[in-house]
Amino acid sequence: MSTDLVEETALQAASDALDARVREIIQWHFSPETGTPFWLDWASKANFDPLKDVQSASDLLKFDHFQDDWLRFEQPERWVPKAYEGKPFTVFETGGTTGMPKQRIGWEDYETDYYDYAKTLDDKAFPPGGYWLMMGPTGPRRLRLSIEYLAHQRKCSCYFIDMDARWVKKLIERKQFDQAKAYMEHVIDQTETILKHRKVDALFTTPKLLEALCERVSIIDDTDIKAVFCAGTSMSPQDVRFMIEELLENEISFVPIYGNTLMGLASSKPLEPEDNFSISYYPPQPRAFTRVVDPKHTENVVEYGEIGRVELTTLTKELFMPRFLERDEAVRRKPCRLYPWDGVGDVRPFGASEKKIVEGVY
Amino acid sequence: MSDSSVQVELPHIPVLRQGKAYTSLEKTEITRLGSEEKLVEISQANAGLIRRDFRKIHKAYSVLQEIPSADLLKMSKEAGEIFMNGEVSMFEGGKPQGPQDYMDSLSATSGLPYALIKRNMAKIYQVFTEMEQILAGLTRGMDLSIIDNGYGQQGGVNVSFFPVTQALGVVLPSNSPGVNSLWMPSLVLKVPVILKPGREEPWTPLRIIHSFIKAGFPPEAFSFYPTSHEGSGTIMDICDRALIFGDVSTVEKYAGNPGVQVHGPGWSKVIIGDDEIENWEKYIDIIVESVVANGGRSCINASAVVVPKYAKEISEAVAKKFADIKATSEDDPNATLSAFANPKMADYIDAMIDDGLETAGAQELSANYRDCQRRVEVDGRSLMLPTIVYCDSVEHPLFNKEFLFPFVTVAEVPQSDVLDKIGDSLVVSAITHDEKFIRDLLSCSHIDRLNLGPVPTNHVEWDQPHEGNLFEFLYRRRSIQRSQS
Repeated sequence: MSTDLVEETALQAASDALDARVREIIQWHFSPETGTPFWLDWASKANFDPLKDVQSASDLLKFDHFQDDWLRFEQPERWVPKAYEGKPFTVFETGGTTGMPKQRIGWEDYETDYYDYAKTLDDKAFPPGGYWLMMGPTGPRRLRLSIEYLAHQRKCSCYFIDMDARWVKKLIERKQFDQAKAYMEHVIDQTETILKHRKVDALFTTPKLLEALCERVSIIDDTDIKAVFCAGTSMSPQDVRFMIEELLENEISFVPIYGNTLMGLASSKPLEPEDNFSISYYPPQPRAFTRVVDPKHTENVVEYGEIGRVELTTLTKELFMPRFLERDEAVRRKPCRLYPWDGVGDVRPFGASEKKIVEGVY
Repeated sequence: MSDSSVQVELPHIPVLRQGKAYTSLEKTEITRLGSEEKLVEISQANAGLIRRDFRKIHKAYSVLQEIPSADLLKMSKEAGEIFMNGEVSMFEGGKPQGPQDYMDSLSATSGLPYALIKRNMAKIYQVFTEMEQILAGLTRGMDLSIIDNGYGQQGGVNVSFFPVTQALGVVLPSNSPGVNSLWMPSLVLKVPVILKPGREEPWTPLRIIHSFIKAGFPPEAFSFYPTSHEGSGTIMDICDRALIFGDVSTVEKYAGNPGVQVHGPGWSKVIIGDDEIENWEKYIDIIVESVVANGGRSCINASAVVVPKYAKEISEAVAKKFADIKATSEDDPNATLSAFANPKMADYIDAMIDDGLETAGAQELSANYRDCQRRVEVDGRSLMLPTIVYCDSVEHPLFNKEFLFPFVTVAEVPQSDVLDKIGDSLVVSAITHDEKFIRDLLSCSHIDRLNLGPVPTNHVEWDQPHEGNLFEFLYRRRSIQRSQS
């Protein structure tokens, strides 16, 4: 991959920045002056002292995996750092694909993530001053505010069509496929109405919804859309190729993104012919980083090009979340010039999970 | 676990999108039965691609509709010769496939021995070359120019027929190449086909497709989508008319859907009437052929024998005949048994039979006449030997069970009760001359095909419809009146 040739100095700089970030965030969450009640309590019972013993990203292996249930059953105020006490926060929810949804509280993290990302978008595909449309899960998700904020950063405004992914998941689990189809039609009906009467320049949606929309309209002939963000479900290289070549007919800019309420936004490296439509995502390091780990020995990362489970660490002043095992598996990808740190590719639901994952339309 | 690409270049079968070859980024590989040797990689179509293509199906339909039926019949004959003896190009960039290559591939992946493949080839050849007779059977001798023109006269009456679908979707199994004969007439009836092959059996539908195309059929009329479960569902969903092969759950899923013709278990039977039961020994060979033909894999193979008496004696006699049938290598010219593509399936079936025998009232008589287990291995291939089980009642859990190998149960039922007890039966071969019993059989609604007399259940006359009439499935008659002025 031609653009994957990364200068050694860039790799070292990224690694140093990550270690520095680890030290800063550990100090913040574990110091009595600024720390988070949950982590301070945790540290009082721990067999090591994070303030002394964690000085780099590799030292984070001293932590066990962050547990889902902490974000389900600990009250929100337990996650408020002392420095933010009294400052109203927003409660965001995860998708709920792996069971009861988790909550993450936040103040400005989502703006920071998307502020940085906004600068990477191409003016031709995302002309400033236009209109966007998000067709997908809104509700309590961070994504709803994030997309609107992102649009604003591009001096655009955004229409929203909601799609309740949890309801779709239930319908699919109950094998009520007719109902799921009817709901999808309902979402597409609303979108079609907006596209008919309003000028929309960019669309944010999921692969399944994009395909359903393209059954009704030609993005090229019937709309003003110049770019499509796609996120939500796993996208195999064949899915990506299908969307680019057949649905968008190689004329509309296709921007895949990977992310969630807990990580923020992972950008994708622009596709090149040698990628063969296999997308590589890079987390917003040093604010969050991923490791692709051996599912049976999660202290070890797999080799580049091999598949493992995605482990996420979030390092912001609003949330410290070490070594959270995501619901996904992925190929470990090498750093590239644009993102000189490890990435993930061909992301899909973790196959060895005991529970069957229903992805639905999200 | 690795995403590194395959080093050895395998022959590749592309998706056919209305005749156009397409190499997918998702591929599956098929290995030689009983080994790790990869034989071919097959492009997989994603469900969205199938839906997308269907938006243009009207073009394929129009092209086929323009060709006169008489020409299509001629081309079908020629296609038969190509299928039987010619070479077709089905591999992208690979060498053409001749008949021997076809047999080698099919045997290697499906477990069918060469002897059975040859019989299936002959059957398919007959469908190609006797298409006119088959269509005469389906249309009750209608002049096919009525299909060309949309209307005409039959028996002095004005008639008009129109197609109710622009494509016939078919979700195929892997168990027998002969099932492809069911969709082939669709092309001459001018309805394009959208096929999803069985996982281990892309060979037969592809060879048929390429034979048709080489003989002059428009490539647009053929879509070939190796695909996932979701893709199969999509084909069933988008086509106004579709055929699917499956088990009881598939039958139940599509029950009551007039757009879907389901080919599930056959539960075919041989019945001997009171008037012929004293001659039972004469009919043992008919029973054996009904059970064993085509490796016992077809829905028209008998899975039960119902008689008013002598069930145990009949079971003994059939068991002795079964003992002569040996598990052989795939190239044995006398091979009659097929290997299982998935050895675990053989284990599963073997265990199911053993479980059933635990319930009192059943006795496996074939076990008394063989010197080995029911499940055997030959050259690393898993086979099941013909099995006959005597049941003291039709209520026994093993009675009428249908498996992918020669398996039959025998039970006694008084003739007066037999039609109430047999349940759905794709084929019944009724050996009787009793006119009243024959009338009862003719009016029995749960028998699909009826053979009267000593005819094996697997016997097929091409002018008779099979599991529904394809012409009536694809076309509907409308009233037509034209003014004389």
